[in-house]
Amino acid sequence: MKFGVVVNEGPYTHQASDTAYQFVKAALAKGHEIYRVFFYHDGVNNGTRLTVPPQDDRNIVKRWSELAAQHKLDLVVCIAAAQRRGLMDKSEAKRNGKDADNLALGFRISGLGQLIEAGIQAERLVVFGD
Amino acid sequence: MEQQTAGGVVKKFLYVNRRAPYGTIYALESLEVVLIGAAFEQDVSLAFLGDGVFQLAKGQDTMALEVKNFSPTFRALADYDVTKIYVDEEALQARGLREADLVIPVEVVSVERMAEIMESQDVILSF
Repeated sequence: MKFGVVVNEGPYTHQASDTAYQFVKAALAKGHEIYRVFFYHDGVNNGTRLTVPPQDDRNIVKRWSELAAQHKLDLVVCIAAAQRRGLMDKSEAKRNGKDADNLALGFRISGLGQLIEAGIQAERLVVFGD
Repeated sequence: MEQQTAGGVVKKFLYVNRRAPYGTIYALESLEVVLIGAAFEQDVSLAFLGDGVFQLAKGQDTMALEVKNFSPTFRALADYDVTKIYVDEEALQARGLREADLVIPVEVVSVERMAEIMESQDVILSF
């Protein structure tokens, strides 16, 4: 089956990102397709490469990046939500006159249309959050 | 449920709004999805449950909160052909609200009817 996945909460504070990650990994292992993972609300914070969790804890951001590299996942961070929360790639940083960018490897920033499109293209859209 | 038209697939999208408008950002960011999504010509409905019914209450004044009052934006939904707005009857009553207290025309429905509406959807986004 072709799944779309939505992550609505940030890393560590809430289990949404962990559960979504486990779901995606399990779905891929069973031979399903992940059309896209869309990060919205505080979920965009899953895409910052500046997180430094304690060494004995899981690295949620790195885990997503690695999974994306392994399976060519499309990890999309909502631009409107990202701008509010200070998450940007190089071109967004330049466009907004900011002195740094922080988007992690394997993620891309795009619009809410990508969420709607995932709803249209996927056979099931699975939302992780409260 | 899903239909095929000349323009492509048309799915039934339901946006479920469950939270009060200003305590968290979910209500505002839900409305942003609805407005962007309107360009995709899908079959869109909105549902308001629980404290979500407060999003539609008339006479919101957010000046002292220093937060933008986004309730007038709901009136733009009709311009985007988003006219199927369902409000949970019990949620309204429990909060002392009537249909006349809301900023846009809605269909007030029972929980049973709401369940049927949800059952008939292809995609449900819950905020």
